[in-house]
Amino acid sequence: MSLIEGETGSWEMVIGLEVHAQVISESKLFSGASTRFGAAPNSQVSLVDAAMPGMLPVLNRACVAQAIRTGLGLKAQINLTSVFERKNYFYPDLPQGYQISQYEKPIVGNGTLTIDLPDGSTKDVGIERLHLEQDAGKSLHDQDPLHTYVDLNRSGVALMEIVSKPEMGSAEEAGAYVRKLRSLLRYLGTCDGNMEEGSLRCDVNLSLRRPGGPLGTRTETKNVNSIRFVQQAIEAEARRQLEILESGGTVVQETRLFDPKRGETRPMRSKEEAHDYRYFPDPDLLPLELEPAWVEELGAGLPELPDDKKARFLADYGLSTYDASVLVAEQENAAFYEALVKGGKKRDPKLAANWTITNYFGALNASGETLETAPVDADKLGGLLDLLADDTISGRQAKEVFEAMWESGKDALTIVEEKGLKQVSDAGELGAAVDKVIADNPAQVEKYRENPNVIGWFVGQVMKATQGKANPGMVNKLLKDKLG
Amino acid sequence: MTPTDLTLAGARDALAKKQLSARELTEAHVAAVEAARPLNAFILETPEQALEMAAASDARIAKGEAGPLEGIPLAIKDLYCTRGVATTAGSRILEGFRPTYESTVTSQLWRDGAVLLGKANLDEFAMGSSNMTSAFGPVENPWKRKGDNRKLVPGGSSGGSAAAVAARCALGATGTDTGGSIRQPASFTGIVGLKPTYGRCSRWGVVAFASSLDHPGPFARTVRDSAILLRSMAGYDPKDSTSVDVPVPDYEAALTGDLRGLRIGVPKEYRLDSVPEAIDRVWQQGIEWLKQAGCEIVELSLPHTRYALPAYYVIAPAEASSNLARYDGVRYGLRQAGDQALTEMYEATRGAGFGEEVKRRIMIGTYVLSAGYYDAYYNKARKVRTLIANDFRAAWEKVDAILTPTAPSAAFAIGEKMDDPVAMYLMDVFTVTANLAGLPAISLPGGLSTDGLPLGLQLIGRAFDEETVLRVAGVLEEAAGFQAEPDFVAGR
Repeated sequence: MSLIEGETGSWEMVIGLEVHAQVISESKLFSGASTRFGAAPNSQVSLVDAAMPGMLPVLNRACVAQAIRTGLGLKAQINLTSVFERKNYFYPDLPQGYQISQYEKPIVGNGTLTIDLPDGSTKDVGIERLHLEQDAGKSLHDQDPLHTYVDLNRSGVALMEIVSKPEMGSAEEAGAYVRKLRSLLRYLGTCDGNMEEGSLRCDVNLSLRRPGGPLGTRTETKNVNSIRFVQQAIEAEARRQLEILESGGTVVQETRLFDPKRGETRPMRSKEEAHDYRYFPDPDLLPLELEPAWVEELGAGLPELPDDKKARFLADYGLSTYDASVLVAEQENAAFYEALVKGGKKRDPKLAANWTITNYFGALNASGETLETAPVDADKLGGLLDLLADDTISGRQAKEVFEAMWESGKDALTIVEEKGLKQVSDAGELGAAVDKVIADNPAQVEKYRENPNVIGWFVGQVMKATQGKANPGMVNKLLKDKLG
Repeated sequence: MTPTDLTLAGARDALAKKQLSARELTEAHVAAVEAARPLNAFILETPEQALEMAAASDARIAKGEAGPLEGIPLAIKDLYCTRGVATTAGSRILEGFRPTYESTVTSQLWRDGAVLLGKANLDEFAMGSSNMTSAFGPVENPWKRKGDNRKLVPGGSSGGSAAAVAARCALGATGTDTGGSIRQPASFTGIVGLKPTYGRCSRWGVVAFASSLDHPGPFARTVRDSAILLRSMAGYDPKDSTSVDVPVPDYEAALTGDLRGLRIGVPKEYRLDSVPEAIDRVWQQGIEWLKQAGCEIVELSLPHTRYALPAYYVIAPAEASSNLARYDGVRYGLRQAGDQALTEMYEATRGAGFGEEVKRRIMIGTYVLSAGYYDAYYNKARKVRTLIANDFRAAWEKVDAILTPTAPSAAFAIGEKMDDPVAMYLMDVFTVTANLAGLPAISLPGGLSTDGLPLGLQLIGRAFDEETVLRVAGVLEEAAGFQAEPDFVAGR
């Protein structure tokens, strides 16, 4: 818990997040229209999505399965009976005049998300509920000076609204929450987590209170679409509330928007939020009854999830919690690491983790490549680590070889041979070089007698003489022996 | 006998025996529709389409591929979406709307060979008991009081369908029944109207009024004709999540005429002091007929009946207020706006597009769902609904069907009862219970009022037991021998 120090004393933030996650499914929640992103406007709209007269919703079982799998991933209670309700309001991109959502009886109840904090510690954040609902269409205000256009491709696409308990106390924790949730959804394959395309959107509920005191009035900042903005919006809104409270004012419960350009939140126009949604059970849909056997079957089919994988990496590979957290954040990264460790000869898991995180991911980031497109795969990187392990090359050489591998796509051994980089570990050859350096530099030998640290100078000379190919460990040993 | 005087079953048999062609049958009905224009029973006549469909029927009959309704001309309530044929729901707000799709029920009718005569007039969005709320003007009942030339209403909301069948313009018609909209007009026009079990006929493609109460169903002049129509209209539809997957029986075969050992309930709560004596007399007569047919009559109590009407007038408007939100001028139908702002466009469009009764119900519905009122109205009404369903569940322990009057009055004059909406709502007092409980119910003519107007008897049955309802109705029909004819019969 990080406290904010104000002039009148300290305050703590109380943060809850509502995340809208677009469900990965072929077709929409209540119609057969495609959900593909980026199609021509209004090309993926069924009669149901356009709310033509007399049209009726039919629930897509695949979307229900995704919600259940997500609920199970959140270690949450799956409600065997849930109810779809109508949330009524008028807007041109909401063709029915209501959104079909779940209100009093959501499909998923209480659960937990364990978030990973930068210091390697973890924290459990409670999940209040997860429910299924329809997305709205999109109003396009920039296509014509006088008119608004409406694209209904997204209308009716399934969303999961995942609501946390107000159990986060800093922007950092909120960021970690979204990162972890996104990671989990991707592992489960229930949401692609792409915040730029809007498949993951975040509403931030925030209030301030005196440490341990009663909850303050909260505001809701809607539709924040990146983790960075979530954190900035929290900082900005906390500052705003702090100023109000410190000057003796009261926070108004309201819906706000975050303006990333100005780095501040501002209230939505009151018209946009003055809704009485008049929820009531949708009479076109029967209550959703789930077979316990189906829920079990879905549970049995879940992949290994990030927390379990992390625990296994800690136990099996002896990694640090930091390294383990980084490696399991994305399923493909974890798979890459495991392929590296398990491939070929017995490889040192810690060394492999270091190389994966520092060198390999570093190269990915710098080049903009992905695991699929990268010129070096786990097999090739493994080849490099093997050369390092059997002292064929030094650590410094390994970095050079890796760079060359990334450039050319060739394997490590080829590059080592091409560049003649093979480390010299032959005692005779190295002994001759050491003898020559000692013989040529009697003054330095004198200095060494007074100060043994001067050995470093001799090592440097031997390395120079062998164009850096000498095995540094052996050079050290030979020098010590010969200098006495 | 002219073709329009045939029953649906009679016409079917005549077509099968080639005593009549589908073209002759349709031409006679097209002419009847034209002759009956003063009744204003149709919003749209489709004579060309009717003749094309009849020609196709003749071709199929010639090839021996006739369907169960081959060549039978029908009126379709203009709440059913019909592909390429304007569909209005009796409202201005759907101006210019031509569906690109066909409702499940009508597509099953066409699959079985039926012929579309036109789209029948109705109360706007099926909201009304008189057909006075239609944006296309009132429908006139073909019946008149003895010695009184005032025009009467046909009942509602399926007033056009009922009037068309009663006036011999169509051999049958589709209706929808949300609180009595098939049975009450059937009672007012001296024909048979059947509201099947909820989930028996698909609602897909039928413009929604109150989804949990809307029931598509048939009108015809006889019980047998109703049974024939229901068989084609009924069936499971995966496109309607409230449709129920149970097999469709041969309803006509259920008309055995044998009621021996059946127990018929007579609920005391349906005996109201305000109801004219003739209605009670017809009810008593019905009880006698059933006794003579070998039924055991059981006095019954359905204790929550008196809460049904208020509950109905909370639930139906609540659902309607949401169902009608889609008529916003954005995608189809009327749009009343220049370059005004959005809210003004909504207000202008809905203000101009909806009539007074529809607006009233949207306001009631919005009110009862509002924060702070939801529990007092909507939730309480749902509880009442459960209690009413429980009343019936208990009754089925003791009886096999229930006999009541259909409506608390005979047809009234156009213009009467118009100043007090609640008086109009009372028209549904005997019929709404079956909608709230989703049970099958039929109205058939039982006799005449003192001034010579038809009065209906209602039979309510167990869920998905339309067969018993039809069987009992068939015996009552036989016993009643209802031969009276309306004042106006097309072509006479």
